[in-house]
Amino acid sequence: MTALGKLFRTTTFKLTLVYLTVFALFAAFLLGYLAWNARRLVTQQITATVDAEIRGLSDLFQQGGIRQLIFAIDDRGSRPGSSLYLLTTAAGEGVTGNIGSLATGVLDKSGWTETTYQRIDDSVAHRALVRVLLLPGGFRLLVGRDLDERERLYDVVLSAGRWSIALVVVLGMAGGFFVTRRVLRRIDAMTGTTQRIMAGDLSGRLPVGGSNDELDRLASNLNAMLERIEALMHGLKEVTDNIAHDLKTPLTRLRNRAEEALRMGEDESQYRAALERTIEESDGLIRTFNALLMIARAESGQARDGMSEFDAAEIAQGIGELYEPLADDKGLALRVEASVAMPMRGHRELISQALANLVDNAIKYAAPDCATLVPDGRPLNGNQPAIVVRAMSEGGRILLSVADSGPGIPEGDRSRAVERFVRLELSRSRPGSGLGLSLANAVARLHGGELRLEDNQPGLRSVLALPRGLSGIAVSPTGPREGVVIP
Amino acid sequence: MVVAVVSPPRALNKEVERVMRLLIIEDDRDAADYLVKAFREVGHVAELATDGEVGLAQALDGQYDVLIVDRMLPKLDGLTVIGTLRSKGIDTPALILSALAQVDDRVKGLRAGGDDYLPKPYSFSELLARIEVLARRRGGREEMVYRVADLELDRLSHQVKRKDEEILLQPREFRLLEYLMKHAGQVVTRTMLLENVWDYHFDPQTNVIDVHISRLRSKIDKGFSQQLLHTVRGAGYMLRDGR
Repeated sequence: MTALGKLFRTTTFKLTLVYLTVFALFAAFLLGYLAWNARRLVTQQITATVDAEIRGLSDLFQQGGIRQLIFAIDDRGSRPGSSLYLLTTAAGEGVTGNIGSLATGVLDKSGWTETTYQRIDDSVAHRALVRVLLLPGGFRLLVGRDLDERERLYDVVLSAGRWSIALVVVLGMAGGFFVTRRVLRRIDAMTGTTQRIMAGDLSGRLPVGGSNDELDRLASNLNAMLERIEALMHGLKEVTDNIAHDLKTPLTRLRNRAEEALRMGEDESQYRAALERTIEESDGLIRTFNALLMIARAESGQARDGMSEFDAAEIAQGIGELYEPLADDKGLALRVEASVAMPMRGHRELISQALANLVDNAIKYAAPDCATLVPDGRPLNGNQPAIVVRAMSEGGRILLSVADSGPGIPEGDRSRAVERFVRLELSRSRPGSGLGLSLANAVARLHGGELRLEDNQPGLRSVLALPRGLSGIAVSPTGPREGVVIP
Repeated sequence: MVVAVVSPPRALNKEVERVMRLLIIEDDRDAADYLVKAFREVGHVAELATDGEVGLAQALDGQYDVLIVDRMLPKLDGLTVIGTLRSKGIDTPALILSALAQVDDRVKGLRAGGDDYLPKPYSFSELLARIEVLARRRGGREEMVYRVADLELDRLSHQVKRKDEEILLQPREFRLLEYLMKHAGQVVTRTMLLENVWDYHFDPQTNVIDVHISRLRSKIDKGFSQQLLHTVRGAGYMLRDGR
């Protein structure tokens, strides 16, 4: 595609052409109308002049007779730029006048005729508008005016019209060409950038001029989109890396054990033990995969179909009740503070799971060390650390929080803690997939809410802040916000 | 598609109480063959159909106790197969297997007429436990008082007695015991308990159910020579008259 061909194919250029055609047609019509009107005006003037002369001459004839008329015609006809005169007898013989020859049959018709004629002193035929009047005595008087003037005027107007239309077309084309080229250049710049981005350079951004016109707005919107895509891609890459790391470890372990069993296994019980460990390990892997799928689904908003109305307080009580024996086993007192019903709309199952993950984490990290426990699970000092699960409403939001008095998360690490597979140094040695907080965060975002990690002094308070959403869920593609809110 | 097995089938129910006739509609030959073999090993009769149309025809013809239907099948998908059966008045219990494994997916499956739903990958012990419960559900065990050995649970008065001595249970513990007693003699998995007693359909990271069971066990079995609440390794729990 040549550069010019590309230019002609643009929308801008096509639009210019359409406008130009319409404009040129309109101008042609206007000029044509003007020419036609001018010609009509001249014709009117001619007929008025001829009428006046005929009236004058016929008056003269009535007063002074034929002789006076002949005299007057001779006098007027010899003046430069005079009208055309011819006086004939009833038989058609010329008496006097300044016309040499005339088209036949003109004299037989009284009234207006357009005809060709020759002056006596001229051999070139001209056009004229003439009127014939029958006089008493059978005389015929012809008075007329040459039409050259009118034709000349008409030609001038017409040719002026032709030129101006040609000029309009040329200027219009040129203007269209330049406007199109300017637009095309900006579009080409955008296309170039998008091609670079498609080729893999996600950091590329579209050029934005300062004029804030429609192309600028388009470019800045596309840039915002690119920003989001880049963030998502970055996240994806991180997840892939983490998956590679965190799934490869158990897979390697699994493989090693199977290999070891093959090499060293001597009796059935050893094989059995190895197989059982293999199954345990693969269950862990399945669990991790399920959690990842769940997060992906929540993040992509697919789960939005399953929304229903339910009581958030009841969720807190249910999850608290589910985990209370486990907490007690670990030497923790789990308390639920959710007495008032708090109706909300959301994905009950996912919210339950998110809260369960937070409670699970609290139990995992806040549990006192085994050394300080006596065998029946009570701490030595008799003061049992507590986990508080609370449901409360704050403005238009429902806050489901889990507070513990464990080691907490240092402020700088909080936003990292919710990323997939991130287990902070302290927790590396503990069991878990590292996906609990990520899932809770994804669930919060699905509902247009957020997961907050706060200092419980001491310990950690994780808060699921969810909009009540009773009149339709407001789901916003939340970006990073201030504080410890998670991107 | 990989089928994960938690426990070798033979280690589960050594004695099959009742032989079941099962129809497996599954297009993955490896997975299906494995299932047929595993079910036969524990003493059930399993037949196989590898596409939806054949499966539907067989289900219409044969007398089966439970159908195991994969969701994505050639020719006719699993939900349509079940829907067609139900519209013809055939109410053979059906368990749906699906690789989709989404919360809302389970709801769709159950709405289409399925009786239970198991996401892939599943363990055979989980599948077997659910199949046995489904087959039994058909017979219906809805009496007012459940009895296992000297343990007695009155569903109306919410009273639980062992050897005529009343045992006080929390409401949730009562429901847990009720479910275990309703399925006495059958393996009940942790997921089944979480779904049926708590109505949660997610997988808690820590095994919270174990703690609830051990609490319940300390209330009903502690101090008695005969243990009723058994742990089935690699599968779940079973309440039975331990001979």
